[in-house]
Amino acid sequence: MSLRTTPFHPRTGPLSEGQAWRRWAGYVVASSYELSHDREYHAIRNAAALFDVSPLYKYLVTGKGAARLLDHVVTRNIGKAKVGQVLYTPWCDNEGKQIDDGTISVLGEQTFRMTSADPTLRWLHLNASGLEVTIQDVSESTAAVSLQGPSSREILQIAAERDLSGLKYFRLTSAKIRGVPVTISRTGYTGDLGYEVWVDAGQAVPLWDAIVETGTPYGITPAGMLALDVARIEAGLLLIEVDYFSSRHALIEAQKSSPLELGLGWTVATDKERYNGQAALDAERTRGPAWQFTGLTVDWDSLEQLYADVGLPPRLPSQAWRTSVPIYDPGGRTQLGYATSGGWSPLLKRYMALAHLGAEHAKPGTEVRMEVTVEHRRKQAKAHVTPLPFFNPERKRA
Amino acid sequence: MTHYDAIVIGGGHNGLVTAAYLARANKSVLVLERRPHVGGAAVTEEIFPGFKFSMFSYVVSLLRPEIIRDLELPRHGLHILPLESTVTPMENGDYLAAWGDHDETRRELYRHSPRDAEAYDEYGRLMHFMAQAVKPILGMVPPDPTSFAPSDLAGLLKLGKHFRGLGGERLHALVKLMTMSSADFLDEWFETDVLKATKSASGIIGTFLGPRSPGTAYVLLHHYMGELDGVFRAWGFAKGGTGAVSEAIASAGRSFGAEIRCDAGVSKVLVRNGRATGVVLENGDELHAKTVVSSLDPRRTFLQLLESDQLPSDFVSDIKRFKFRGSSGKVNLALDALPSFTCMPGVGRQHRGAFSISPSLEYVERAYDDAKYGEFSRRPYMDIVFPSMIDPGMAPPGKHVMSIFVQYAPYNLNGGWTDAKREAFGDAVVNTVESFAPGFTSHILHRQVITPLDIERITGLSEGNIFAGELALHQLFFLRPAPGWAKFATPVRGFYQCGSGTHPGGGIMGASGRLAAMRILKDGT
Repeated sequence: MSLRTTPFHPRTGPLSEGQAWRRWAGYVVASSYELSHDREYHAIRNAAALFDVSPLYKYLVTGKGAARLLDHVVTRNIGKAKVGQVLYTPWCDNEGKQIDDGTISVLGEQTFRMTSADPTLRWLHLNASGLEVTIQDVSESTAAVSLQGPSSREILQIAAERDLSGLKYFRLTSAKIRGVPVTISRTGYTGDLGYEVWVDAGQAVPLWDAIVETGTPYGITPAGMLALDVARIEAGLLLIEVDYFSSRHALIEAQKSSPLELGLGWTVATDKERYNGQAALDAERTRGPAWQFTGLTVDWDSLEQLYADVGLPPRLPSQAWRTSVPIYDPGGRTQLGYATSGGWSPLLKRYMALAHLGAEHAKPGTEVRMEVTVEHRRKQAKAHVTPLPFFNPERKRA
Repeated sequence: MTHYDAIVIGGGHNGLVTAAYLARANKSVLVLERRPHVGGAAVTEEIFPGFKFSMFSYVVSLLRPEIIRDLELPRHGLHILPLESTVTPMENGDYLAAWGDHDETRRELYRHSPRDAEAYDEYGRLMHFMAQAVKPILGMVPPDPTSFAPSDLAGLLKLGKHFRGLGGERLHALVKLMTMSSADFLDEWFETDVLKATKSASGIIGTFLGPRSPGTAYVLLHHYMGELDGVFRAWGFAKGGTGAVSEAIASAGRSFGAEIRCDAGVSKVLVRNGRATGVVLENGDELHAKTVVSSLDPRRTFLQLLESDQLPSDFVSDIKRFKFRGSSGKVNLALDALPSFTCMPGVGRQHRGAFSISPSLEYVERAYDDAKYGEFSRRPYMDIVFPSMIDPGMAPPGKHVMSIFVQYAPYNLNGGWTDAKREAFGDAVVNTVESFAPGFTSHILHRQVITPLDIERITGLSEGNIFAGELALHQLFFLRPAPGWAKFATPVRGFYQCGSGTHPGGGIMGASGRLAAMRILKDGT
């Protein structure tokens, strides 16, 4: 295989029933282990699903100037963060257009781990001139699994032999699982109760074994990206190169988005000075963003009718889709925006989509039309603007 | 408040659905449940410490997607999990399996009969058309074919047009399905006996009929109606057991302002000048409402809650003729380990689906023979699932619960049901499972045996019929529960019925409850 496998591959490889692999940052990871991703999806909401998330880019930023560097790069206020905190944040170019999004773990006063979807080493170096800071690319040396679902805490507590009820949402702690030193962060990409466990790549396999053995009586289920994709749409979480383009990859201005347009206004600090894109974002906040990223719920009766018109029962995508789909006004003529991800929620029994709409059309409850293809013909199904997330269980933060 | 817009008698899932829809329409609603908790026959109870049993009803069948959406049940905790495979152990040690993957299932069938493997797809296509033809009826208030009221005529016209639209071939197939026995119908398609046995077994559930009894074929459709829902997957296992479905509906109802009172049995419906005005509780309290709705079965609704002189006498005789004939029992087990079946040794994905004890048509028909003559089946038909394999929360970690639906166990057993007979019935069930999974008995930590008499005693369902009245052709659609009274209204003004004993009835579907609420709202309570 010319693409790399992750440090967990000795365990995940044999689990793959249909050899369905997906590329992620130069690695292969499972699309689904079973022939269908159905059970893997339900494990996220019903028990606990175990994902290999090692392909994330990871950087260790240390030194006196570490906080200052990160504060300069990302939109959230790193200076105010406490040790043990994890921050989800986007980062922008000087025009306030989003480059990427990821997390920053505050491991110590001067030690931070940053994750990103795209390589970020050069960008960090560019911004670090004159600062006393060391930036290490630990993408390969650090492996990670994500354990997500209502039983995840119970399983990890037993595996780590300690109480985790005090570990709050977006906080981290160091721990040992069967003698293996790990960092456990209460983070994830499912919008559910869940944790990510960070480990030295050399210890990945023993960690996997320990978690799977502990979790088996609790219904732990290794799960792939297809299941994750459904869950992250339910949680209303963005995916780069799907729901937005990195401003560094965009070929035209219209392909770029700002965090304010992407529903990430809450991550753009107003209480810190001098960071990339600040002036542009301040100005945009004042005039109001042109676009809004929001949820859409496709009206079931309308979809059913479109299929009934050709004599078919309604067909729904069995996997989440990632294509651009036009959204129109109720008259069906004027395009108001476009959806970028969508799919059926097996839990909510709803056809949901994530969409970019002109800000004036993005008020919750607004009726729109979404293009659907029914028997080779383009039709429009009724849909309503729905605030994100679609699913937000109390246990996520409890 | 002592005066409500509506009082719903009985907190089973249909009663709760009616209440939730009425409350959603801003009506003040009170649900009165006799037992300490809601759910009726859809309850989860911890009978043995740490082990949760879906005591009676154990799968969610065709719960209407519009109810899930309208009442936002997922927000209230509903999570339906897939139940994908069925394995039928055979008496020669072989098995027949149906898996979630279509190709895998076809290849498995090929092992038994290459011919049947090909017929399977064609059969599936026909059944798809049939299910499509019948499905709209589920969501329809049955028109009265003897009435000339505009709404009935419109309904009949719509129905007539619908069936004419099927075309000759499909209409003929539909008539066959409605009149034949499931065994005969399947004989036209397949040669593999164990396949026919397993398929036809689904047609006898809850009826006092055998696979060779005419009129059992149409139930074959139910499975395909579930498939029509496709990714909707309204067919499956509820996280937390079936009680969680009831709890979710109750929670939705409360969120709309419905009041639910448990330990509040109703003894009578108050009727003044031919109009229902409220109810009398078992403790003597009187509560008043503009509308009273009963979710109890037709016998209890009309013959127990009302005095017979409050109803037309021909209606009373129709209700008296309505057949219940409970024929099924349930055995719930707490296990310290999963059973290993001879046909497929070990523990694996097979335990995440159902095991059907229906090795041959003769086996199932013989099970019925016992019941015909007033005995429980010595070797019964069983539908076995391991809920803890789907929702690990149903049992302590590493331990399991096993749900065994058993047929036949006639309500009118020779000599009547006694504690000794109940245990003998439990033994017959356990011994039969043991014959397919030797050593299984030693893993049993606790056993709960439920006879039709127990079902009646605990849930109130007359004669222990799980569908609140047999789901037989003569008791469906505009005949359910009585000719002329299939539209949720009753001869008493302001008194409605919303239980499974009304159209379309059956399973945790909620359609009766929803249609009743629609009717009540339309009548303007």
